[in-house]
Amino acid sequence: MTKPATEPAPSDAATIDTIDLRREFEAVDIASVLAQLDRELIGLVPVKTRIREIASLLLVERIRQKMALATTFPTLHMSFTGNPGTGKTTVALRMAGILHKLGFVRRGHVINVTRDDLVGQYIGHTAPKTKEILKKAMGGVLFIDEAYYLYRPENERDYGQESIEILLQVMESQREDLVVILAGYGDRMEKFFQSNPGFRSRIGHHIDFPDYSEVELLAIAELMLNEQNYRFSADAREAFIRYIAIRKTQPLFSNARSIRNALDRIRLRQANRLVSKLDRMLTSDDVMAIEAGDVLASRVFSGGTDAPGGRP
Amino acid sequence: MRVTQGCFSFLPDLTDEQITAQVQYCLDNGWAVNIEFTDDPHPRNTYWDMWGLPMFDLRDAAGIMKELAECRRVYGDRYIRMSGFDSSHGWESVRISFIVNRPKEEPGFRLERQESDGRRIRYTTKAYAVDRPEGERYGG
Repeated sequence: MTKPATEPAPSDAATIDTIDLRREFEAVDIASVLAQLDRELIGLVPVKTRIREIASLLLVERIRQKMALATTFPTLHMSFTGNPGTGKTTVALRMAGILHKLGFVRRGHVINVTRDDLVGQYIGHTAPKTKEILKKAMGGVLFIDEAYYLYRPENERDYGQESIEILLQVMESQREDLVVILAGYGDRMEKFFQSNPGFRSRIGHHIDFPDYSEVELLAIAELMLNEQNYRFSADAREAFIRYIAIRKTQPLFSNARSIRNALDRIRLRQANRLVSKLDRMLTSDDVMAIEAGDVLASRVFSGGTDAPGGRP
Repeated sequence: MRVTQGCFSFLPDLTDEQITAQVQYCLDNGWAVNIEFTDDPHPRNTYWDMWGLPMFDLRDAAGIMKELAECRRVYGDRYIRMSGFDSSHGWESVRISFIVNRPKEEPGFRLERQESDGRRIRYTTKAYAVDRPEGERYGG
């Protein structure tokens, strides 16, 4: 609320000494963003805690700026590590919203890129390509998915290095203009940071996304169905709990993404079941309900796999 | 003599902040911003050199200002202008164009009179700067 006495007195006489924290908090309206995050993202407790911390830090930083106490612009570049389907991209989108509301990025858009968008195919192609993307991301968030592909140690003439150098330079010199978020699987990102120490030191926040528990996966499934106006019958729900338990032990399980794919296939089977009996009147309950049979027909229950390319 | 071409040219030179605001206005309208430079100040010279490609699909002026800074570093002794191109149907043309950099000294133009048949006089304007070869016109 009030300025700590230990702080050096600002030289500017016109600076503000007291700021109503609550009014400041409500003015930027991050509460609604955080509430939305809680509502729409199941689980991910460590991530949410971290985002809350960052949001508080930024709020305080904003107040310090108003009091002319902030000396440097905070480092906002982040790295999101975690297994596939743990919500890294979704959180990045929300992050852009939070940063925009707090005024740390001017536009709040997200440019989602991978190696292909940054690295060129021949000599002299990479720099303009990377710069082009950086220009597009100015005022917003640059989200680099699977960032470790930028660096290919096995090929010393790989153009990825050139792209990395430009990125590092802009991340340092134009911190006010854009926020870079790197994302990828934990172990490979770790290796990437080891071989590119420049990145690690320029990134202020490392956030690790944990895998979802089975209960959370079920909650995610129900949320997804709800959004599409479907619902599980009691039996189907039981069957889906069993489905998750089996699917989770299979290879190529990618958390929420696998759940989404499973639901897509279940909807397919439900539609097929409805269409197979043409001579009857359908109620809205009929088209909304997913029965146990729709779930149990999955290959997972007969010892097969639902992984892409799996044996039928 | 101060060259007056495009918008704002009768005003004092725009500061970088003012240029940023103008560029942001262009971007907010969905125009593609373009940087051009020349050392031939004649008003009928429409062939300015382009600095890179026109910048489509940008959201924020910071990237363009960085390009401008780079262009100034290389061609700071010449005229640099920015233009906003509106690609929407029915317009498809430049909507705004303004000078963002000019040489330290602008020698101006001389008026040449050519006496032709009878007592007729033909007039032409010629920039003093173009007496020197391209690239050396403003002490660069």
